[in-house]
Amino acid sequence: MLVSEREQLRGNIEAWVEQYGSNRSALIPVLEEVQRKYSHISEYVMQVVADILDIHPVEVSGVVSFYSFLGRKPKGRFIIRLCRTISCEMQGKDRVARQLENDLGILFGETTADGNFTLEWANCLGMCDQGPALLVNERIYTQVTPETVHDILEECRRTFGVYAPQLTEEYA
Amino acid sequence: MKTTDTSKMTFAQVESQRGLESALKMQPDEVRRTIADSGLKGRGGAGFPTSTKWNFAAETVGDLKYVVCNADEGEPGTFKDRVILTDFSDLVFEGMTIGGHAIGASKGIVYLRGEYTYLRQLLEGKLEERRRTGLLGKNVLGTSGFDFDIEIRMGAGAYVCGEETALIESLEGQRGEPRNRPPFPVNTGFMGRPTIVNNVETFAWVTCILVKGSKWFEKIGTETSHGLKLFSVSGDCRASGVFEFPLGITIKELLKKVGGENAKAVQVGGAAGHCVPASEFGRAIAFEDLSTGGSIIVFGPGRDMLHVAQNFMEFFKDESCGQCTPCREGNARLLEGIEMLEQGNCSMKYLRDLCRLGETMQLASKCGLGQSSPNAFLSIVEHFKDEIMGRIPAAC
Repeated sequence: MLVSEREQLRGNIEAWVEQYGSNRSALIPVLEEVQRKYSHISEYVMQVVADILDIHPVEVSGVVSFYSFLGRKPKGRFIIRLCRTISCEMQGKDRVARQLENDLGILFGETTADGNFTLEWANCLGMCDQGPALLVNERIYTQVTPETVHDILEECRRTFGVYAPQLTEEYA
Repeated sequence: MKTTDTSKMTFAQVESQRGLESALKMQPDEVRRTIADSGLKGRGGAGFPTSTKWNFAAETVGDLKYVVCNADEGEPGTFKDRVILTDFSDLVFEGMTIGGHAIGASKGIVYLRGEYTYLRQLLEGKLEERRRTGLLGKNVLGTSGFDFDIEIRMGAGAYVCGEETALIESLEGQRGEPRNRPPFPVNTGFMGRPTIVNNVETFAWVTCILVKGSKWFEKIGTETSHGLKLFSVSGDCRASGVFEFPLGITIKELLKKVGGENAKAVQVGGAAGHCVPASEFGRAIAFEDLSTGGSIIVFGPGRDMLHVAQNFMEFFKDESCGQCTPCREGNARLLEGIEMLEQGNCSMKYLRDLCRLGETMQLASKCGLGQSSPNAFLSIVEHFKDEIMGRIPAAC
């Protein structure tokens, strides 16, 4: 990573700490911002956050590993989380999963080679009355069928582009 | 995206602001007494009397106190809080403000699950509007000396954070691992300060009770379970969605209303709840019989109950925080057992051992997650032995 990129990253983190308060309870909101913008939380970020909040980096690492929406591994611009809980299962989530894998050419837990899509499972998304449900980043889709999977992916490619996280070189 | 018509619910008929106005005319202890008279118990499922919780927090001396709204709705099959927050968030914020007055708190926090991030903007807008109209902020509704504001904090995808002490840990920037209790949050909560943590629906009912009176609420339901409750109904029924029923309704009555009469079993209370077979559909949904946060999943005649148990155990194995051994190891062993049953090579003796393990987990786990995670397994084994034993696996 270039020095200027590091500085920019540090600047962003400082601004978020400013916004959420410079104490331990700001840790998760700050990490969520990092995750949203950079799609993962690198060791460098953990070090910087720990430094600014005056806690040990291991504490930050422990938090990152605990929550399923935070992670160290770079993910795609669009993270697709398909609900695997019983109500969605009864409404046919397995077929939707299969079609997602087919259309993206990856398995669950993987990211496409172009860095655009990551496929993950989610536990109950709270859409049990209109499953199968999936989240694309923060947007929810309900009553998904194998047939509509393609439309959802196309919609990502077209309309979401501008809102997608801007990946820096190191992260891409 | 909406399948539920909320216009006929009690929440739709209660004018917000009136609850807060009537609460602010009362002394804090009068508000708590009104809630006590109504018999309101926690709508998250545990059924702890709301007024008792509030009294503890009110009696604890502290310079700062907190009102926390648990919007970490993660129980499989539950989505009523999403509907309440979408259509009736004012009642929730108002209930929190009333709670602030009742216990002497000036700060409220909504802990919203990360999966519901798309609701955040709507809720922030509502809060801003309440600040503008004097329903939040300094001297709420012109009551000098009563300041109250609400902040939204996001979860990050951890079911266990719905447990109140894990939720507080998460708010403090820690891993969401449950604490030992006591001390309870009402004494030592967020930042070591007295804190009440209540469910989204509980706060909305508080507002309704202040508007319509405690007698109205107390008269509905059974002797120990008062009032109305929202149910999230999904699965094999004609009308899934959110429904409002009085507590004490039997499963049979409920199934009739949602068009699921031919069900072979109903899961009451989500993955952490119990699987009730058709022979017990006369049982009542109430704190004294089948307690639930509102999750009702209907299983039709063709459903494979072992498959259901497997789905739940995969969920718990994934969501166990790993802090205590009975839950971390127990859930993995139960899931393994289900896979053995699936393959048709589990002896009756081993199945009994697994059931004993489940009972140990209920007793020895640290928090509600581990204590309730074997429920589904145990009730499915109890009622559907005939279906799950001696399987012949599909040809490889």
